[in-house]
Amino acid sequence: MHISEGILTWPVLASGTAFAIAGTAIGLKKLKTQDIPKTAILSAAFFVASLIHVPIGPSSVHLILNGIVGILLGWAAFPAIMVALSLQALFFQYGGITTLGVNTLLMALPALLCYVFFKPFILGKNNSITLAAGFTGGAFSVFLSGILMAAFLVFAHRNFLEVSMAVIAIHIPIMIIEGIITMFCIGFLKKVQPSLLGT
Amino acid sequence: MLNEPFSIGNSFIHRTDPRLRLISAFVYSIVVAVLYGFPSLIASVGFSFALVRVAGLNGKAVLKRLALINGFVLLFWLILPFTAGGNILYSLGPLNIYETGVFLALQITLKSNAIIMAFIALVSTMNFSTLGHALNSLRLPQKFVFLFVLTYRYIFVIEQEYKKIWRSIKVRGFFPKTTIHCYKTYAYMIGMIFVKASARADRVYRAMLCRGFDGSFYTLAEYPSSGKNRLFLCLIFFCTFSIIFLEIVFHG
Repeated sequence: MHISEGILTWPVLASGTAFAIAGTAIGLKKLKTQDIPKTAILSAAFFVASLIHVPIGPSSVHLILNGIVGILLGWAAFPAIMVALSLQALFFQYGGITTLGVNTLLMALPALLCYVFFKPFILGKNNSITLAAGFTGGAFSVFLSGILMAAFLVFAHRNFLEVSMAVIAIHIPIMIIEGIITMFCIGFLKKVQPSLLGT
Repeated sequence: MLNEPFSIGNSFIHRTDPRLRLISAFVYSIVVAVLYGFPSLIASVGFSFALVRVAGLNGKAVLKRLALINGFVLLFWLILPFTAGGNILYSLGPLNIYETGVFLALQITLKSNAIIMAFIALVSTMNFSTLGHALNSLRLPQKFVFLFVLTYRYIFVIEQEYKKIWRSIKVRGFFPKTTIHCYKTYAYMIGMIFVKASARADRVYRAMLCRGFDGSFYTLAEYPSSGKNRLFLCLIFFCTFSIIFLEIVFHG
């Protein structure tokens, strides 16, 4: 989910943009030219994931996958997610110019934290630890995105409190699904092509 | 699933230098994003609508986009008028509709639609390669532009891989349900997309190295400055300043 244009106030927009630019600058600095194609693949996957709808009860939700992107990319998740969001703005007008920074921050910061906290467990020999870290990482990053989004809304206007509660509530089922998908996906990659995970 | 319906056209806006369009969209969006007063907001919706008209875009297609994006704004309409507090505008049984909430939701709706319409008219009217070149000549970091251009290219690769795997899953009688098996299938499909696409990315990169790629991004496109570009700039500046003027006069 993105925060649309015209909702946040300028202090929130400006500080979100500043943090997103800082993160992206660090990510770009750490990104070697020969790794750009791999990053672009994941960035494209992040874009396409938002078009894949997964059933949940009678309804369906689209995938976010910022946990996997974080685990696979580390700091490069910032530029990768910023690029994917700019393309979404270009193609579908989800988000836009003024909210690009805020949206990047709320997707990429959890991705980065997921990398910092859960990557070490994923690389280990024990498979059940890998799966557990995958689930927690995937769920955690979506939940944190929801929390950040809610926080930005409340910072923008105190009347948005109820809306941000609704935002967090919406993120809870998505969080569980993302956890399950991330868990199986990481397990799969570890079996099929561990080099993608950086082992 | 991907197309750029607005990039085809031969209007005044389509022919303007894409760098100017990007910068004006940027400045204009920021100005509209910080507005509060209704006169200036209404003026900006009018101006953005005029931009869409000048770009000669298909009205139905634009409306369809706007309807999709207003989903998030709808969430505010569903909650804000009932929770904002302050003056009661109307009582609906146990529910009170508050004035502040309605105004706030209306403000958001106007802002959001004004910015998106301007974005569609100014930015979505370029095709992707033009945008890549424009970003490059605006001196964005080279790695960023390269990542941007490659990501765009790979979206179609990934989409193809996704459709291929999805077909073979369907052929085997898969039906999406809320079960662990279904989620596992999705997860393995996504994993397989990563594996296949990264192998492909690797091949593409080696082919690029063979052709002398050294990490820099060249562009052959040139944008000569013309009277039309200057006219465009004057118009955008005039409208942006009138919106700022309205804001200061009525909401100062």
